Amino acid sequence: MVSANTDLTYNSKIEGDVIVSRADAVINWIRSSSMWPMPMGLACCAIELMAVAASRFDIARFGAEVMRFSPKQSDVMIVSGTVTYKMSSAVRRIYDQMAEPKWVIAMGACASTGGMYRSYAVLQGVDRILPVDVYVSGCPPRPEALLDALVKLQEKVKREPSASKLLSA
Amino acid sequence: MSAALDAVRALKARWPGATDRATLDHPAVNVPASDLLAVLRSLKEEHGFDVLEDVSGVDWGVGSSPRFTVVYHVLSTTGHDYVRVAADCADAGAPEVPSAAALWPGADWHEREAYDMYGIRFTGHPDLRRILMWDGYPHFPLRKDFPLSGVPTELPDAEVVAETKTGAIAAPMAGGPFVASPGGINMTEAEPRAKDESWTERHPKPGT
Ligand code: SF4
Repeated sequence: MVSANTDLTYNSKIEGDVIVSRADAVINWIRSSSMWPMPMGLACCAIELMAVAASRFDIARFGAEVMRFSPKQSDVMIVSGTVTYKMSSAVRRIYDQMAEPKWVIAMGACASTGGMYRSYAVLQGVDRILPVDVYVSGCPPRPEALLDALVKLQEKVKREPSASKLLSA
Repeated sequence: MSAALDAVRALKARWPGATDRATLDHPAVNVPASDLLAVLRSLKEEHGFDVLEDVSGVDWGVGSSPRFTVVYHVLSTTGHDYVRVAADCADAGAPEVPSAAALWPGADWHEREAYDMYGIRFTGHPDLRRILMWDGYPHFPLRKDFPLSGVPTELPDAEVVAETKTGAIAAPMAGGPFVASPGGINMTEAEPRAKDESWTERHPKPGT
């Protein structure tokens, strides 16, 4: 992860083998540093998603290079493309199969709002069936924009009250 | 003389119901739906039109007679020419033509698409289901009386509907349809835009 490493500080010379931190900081650090995407590639935006994973943009720098085509192994669904009504129930079912905690990035105009497809066949925004955490504008968004969305999502995850959620669950 | 013109002339001589069809490119012929299969078979087996390129439907509009027409494009890979064959559906309420799937297996999905979009039934088709919209979709979206934005419809998966409480909606058209206007070299002017931009989903259309 490329970020200032201030959320956990550990000076082994002073503190020996003991680390003192908050449970939230540790849990969120672990979660945000290895967000495995579920690549929900449905249209042209998926090509940019592939570019994000390839060497030039290299999403591995942010700990999210492990694209899992099994929802059971993934943390963040990247909806990249046009969601038709016919596909929408499949998208929702795949989301339901992802294990908690899970997040959703709506990549591109189509996934965010239906985009240019003001049509009888296209879901007018994937937020009608899924709780979306980050929307990315663009048709398609630049790969950098998706990386930015991932970093924003990581920042959001780092603010979550994970420990209390786990205890209350 | 091209193979296609010869074929069309032969068809007209053999089937008196076949007439010339106005065309700007390939030779074209109108045939009655009752002769359609025999004409297509003759094109394939006697005139060498071995490839069925396309099956499509036409909706001439509510109240037109005939309302629906089915159009076939066949290609001869030896004569390097196309023929267009069109057949009107007699009944606007239940449009129907015979299926060409037994002649060209490739007709199968083309006919399913024409059925899905226009509701034209292809009699004798081995498996006439919708192909683009989901099974059970109650409308035929390319018919002229179907609005571009769609109509509110129940989604197919009852569990997902119960979970998300959502369905297909009439898409917000926001002043659309969006059209491109010739703007010379000014690309901003030439971009597709709504005809009427005074209203959106949030600001209702003035005067409605
Ligand atoms: S937003 Fe644009 S690039 Fe992305 S899926 Fe839609 S049409 Fe394609």
